[in-house]
Amino acid sequence: MSATALATPPAPASVPLTKKVLVADHPTWCPGCGDFAVLASFYRVLEKLQYPHEKIVTFAGIGCSSRFPYFVNTHGGHFIHGRSLPFAAGISLGGDDLHVFVFGGDGDGFSIGGNHLVHTARKNVNLTYVIMDNSVYGLTKKQTSPTSPIGFKSKTDPWGAFDQPINPMRTLLNSGATFVARSHATQVNHMTEMMLRAARHDGFSVVEILSECVEFYEGAFDSSIPRKGGKWTLIEEKKNDGTPEDANRHDVTDEVAAFQLSQQAWPGSFGVFYENKTRLTKNALEADLIKKTREKTKHATDLQVLQNTFARLR
Amino acid sequence: MVSPNTPETPGGASSASGQSSVALAKVDVPRSIHDVVIRLAGNSQDGIQSIGGFLARLAGRSDQDIMTYMTIPSTISGGPSIFQVRMGTGEILSAGDRADMLVAFYQHSYDAHISSLRPGGVLVYDSDHVKPAEGDNRFTHVAVPITTGTVEAVGGTSKDKGKNIYVLGLIARVFDLDVAKLSALIKERFGGKDESIVRNSMLAFDAGYAWPQNNLRDLFYRFEAIDRATITSGRPQVTMDGNMAIAYGLLAGGVRHGAGYPITPWSSIMETLRVELPKYGGLFVQCEDEIAAISTAIGFSYTGHLAITGSAGPGLSLKMEALGWATMAEMPLIVVNVQRGGPSTGMPTNVEQSDLMQAIYGSHGDTPRVVLTPKNVEDCFYIAIEATRIAREYSTPVLILTDMALASRIEVFDEPDLPKLMVEPKADLSDRGTDYKPYPLDRITHHAPAGSKILSGKYPTVTGLEHDEMGHPTGSPKLHMQMTAKRREKIKALGASLPAPEHTGDTAGEVLLVTWGSNWGPGREAIGRIRAAGVKGGHLHIRHIHPLPSGLEEIFKRYHKIVVAELNDEGLYGFGQFAMMLRARYANPAIESVCKTDGLTFKVSELVAGVARHIESKELEATLGTARQSALAKA
Repeated sequence: MSATALATPPAPASVPLTKKVLVADHPTWCPGCGDFAVLASFYRVLEKLQYPHEKIVTFAGIGCSSRFPYFVNTHGGHFIHGRSLPFAAGISLGGDDLHVFVFGGDGDGFSIGGNHLVHTARKNVNLTYVIMDNSVYGLTKKQTSPTSPIGFKSKTDPWGAFDQPINPMRTLLNSGATFVARSHATQVNHMTEMMLRAARHDGFSVVEILSECVEFYEGAFDSSIPRKGGKWTLIEEKKNDGTPEDANRHDVTDEVAAFQLSQQAWPGSFGVFYENKTRLTKNALEADLIKKTREKTKHATDLQVLQNTFARLR
Repeated sequence: MVSPNTPETPGGASSASGQSSVALAKVDVPRSIHDVVIRLAGNSQDGIQSIGGFLARLAGRSDQDIMTYMTIPSTISGGPSIFQVRMGTGEILSAGDRADMLVAFYQHSYDAHISSLRPGGVLVYDSDHVKPAEGDNRFTHVAVPITTGTVEAVGGTSKDKGKNIYVLGLIARVFDLDVAKLSALIKERFGGKDESIVRNSMLAFDAGYAWPQNNLRDLFYRFEAIDRATITSGRPQVTMDGNMAIAYGLLAGGVRHGAGYPITPWSSIMETLRVELPKYGGLFVQCEDEIAAISTAIGFSYTGHLAITGSAGPGLSLKMEALGWATMAEMPLIVVNVQRGGPSTGMPTNVEQSDLMQAIYGSHGDTPRVVLTPKNVEDCFYIAIEATRIAREYSTPVLILTDMALASRIEVFDEPDLPKLMVEPKADLSDRGTDYKPYPLDRITHHAPAGSKILSGKYPTVTGLEHDEMGHPTGSPKLHMQMTAKRREKIKALGASLPAPEHTGDTAGEVLLVTWGSNWGPGREAIGRIRAAGVKGGHLHIRHIHPLPSGLEEIFKRYHKIVVAELNDEGLYGFGQFAMMLRARYANPAIESVCKTDGLTFKVSELVAGVARHIESKELEATLGTARQSALAKA
């Protein structure tokens, strides 16, 4: 107990987590940015989940979207560019009862942090990662990003980008993420549902959200916005109800089917691509290692363990 | 054949194998010696490191002190390998400049290492493989059929496996070591394996032990007796290398979480922690790279568990950005850097102290941080505990700057007072009051880890952006200056609280020899020799490299020359990295450098010669270049 805590009267019975409680600094994003909608959906997710306030952690890397944690009143912060996943892995493994949310952009996740994305996914660390993909470097004012399409004119490719962009869904599936979903910042209900399911998933869950940068890549995702003439295609999930139409629905546990969905032509489908509820998390595996090791030492105290080690070194 | 386990009357047996080059003595009376340096040279698959390991552990169970020096080739198996062990009575400060006894397994071992033998020293060579130069009578030549002796003793299909244990037996006899204790150690070492391994080992040991008894009885020494009770804590002695000592020190200091990536010579620390931590309810994560490792470790610290990461030079460079974050966000963290020859991949299995500037000043921006350097293997243990205390108290990253020499060297020291030292860690998840701020300007930061309730309802952000007291980003010039000062002043406060460094010899005079890190032992031995030559000199050893303890300026003023010895290059301006820093800090032109970059630890004679270059002393110069006679030399 800290000195200040002793001097304070007991805490009132915990207040429900409402948007009012969760709002922190006013967002610094440009007017019209898709990230506002993601933030609004995240408040709704936390309102639905009603986790104990102190157990929620919101972290991010570097980029426009990575300012996110400043606008959410929970434990959290802002790590270095691209490394928020291994940092968050430390949080998740260090505090197993915490609910860890990581936000970032396409540069943070697929470029500078690409290696970490692969390995955090492969290890199935229990946390939720939301990638706000705008297909451009916005904070640094319009350079080509790893998801910029071929032909995109940026300050680093004024003649139009020609490097093959990343296919986010295929990359995530290939890395071994156990929950992979895709959504769109103009679809608040869908975003909320996807983030909610991701949060409830036991393991490494990722939601990629197409979130338009109105300043540097206006209209990037219009082809999936119906009111702008685009096509919004939802993934219909298998209900296992024995009906003939169910045969054509997507089985979220089928990895090959998920890969096939990821190969669709732009703008593709939205929803849950893949969900694996059987693979153990790293959190569970490490906890099991500790449990078995402690049984072997017959739950010796730390001092006894170290004393035994030194006795062997005599 | 005489066996120590089935003893016969000495002198009763005749030589079964090979001819002695030394006449038999009538009576076996060992000559008393203070200490001996034995160098074993062979290939890395010969297991010569294990001879050193056995001798070290024997010393720990006896009255001897021991220091070892090991080189391993960068190859996995094969190639030349040496192990040098200095054992003796009382305090052993360095691995020894030159050997009193060389055991050469192969011709290349002989060719490469004969120059390391002192005049009058003993050359033991495998007569099955080695032909020494004819007519070289500087040394006592002892031809031993090590290979055939081992094959004959062990028999069967094991070929010449066991040569190392044969040599161990031979050394045991020559230096009158405690056979019962050695046999027990061999049984402990191989006990878990196939029974035939223990039996074969004992056969090889007995054969090696019997050989001198039958062939060179006058090569017989015993270490001076010592009353241990007067010089030690009364606790038993333990034997380990520096990397183990750091790992166990961290465990004693309450570190239960860590993350790393393999790199020589750091890997053995992470291997130890990975295996040990689950016993303590903790965990160590092997990450995908160096950056992920430090990031994960900081993540652990953020949840209230002081964590450790580590690496060697190139890996530390990769960690620098995250280390900058830890300074900015004021996160406690332990970073171990095991220095090796650089830059780049450099000489990964050799020692160098060229990461000092990187440790202190690496990273971007103004990042005041704590750098500690252990002086020997025992100190690796204690400095690790000190690092955990500082990291927690000042909420800051602390670097432990050790090196390849300490990492691989086995030393014997008194078992630490574990019940007194043990820290039982607990994340402080207590409720934080309504006035809680993560970055108060008037106090040292102590974070509220994720999971702790903030009664004001305003949850803190921790961040690499410059921030206000609540952790929210700010571009205010005033706050940047105030927060920069906050991060600086706490490290200055630590500096003011540090104990005075170890200062021995004359308190004023001609020369002050300054060392840091693993140069402590050779430095202390060197100042002894310098003073024995009639020069007034002192030795100052600095463990707290950054911040520096106070009072150094006054000590420096009392000497005509301050000679800083370090294993790095003299650089563009003629000064090693620490000397450069001391000159900048104290603006004292009397500060000079002794540097070298041969990838090896300092020899005492190199330090004496280095000091002689900077001071005028005919007496000291007269002592240079005279190779001392070996203690084993025939009268």
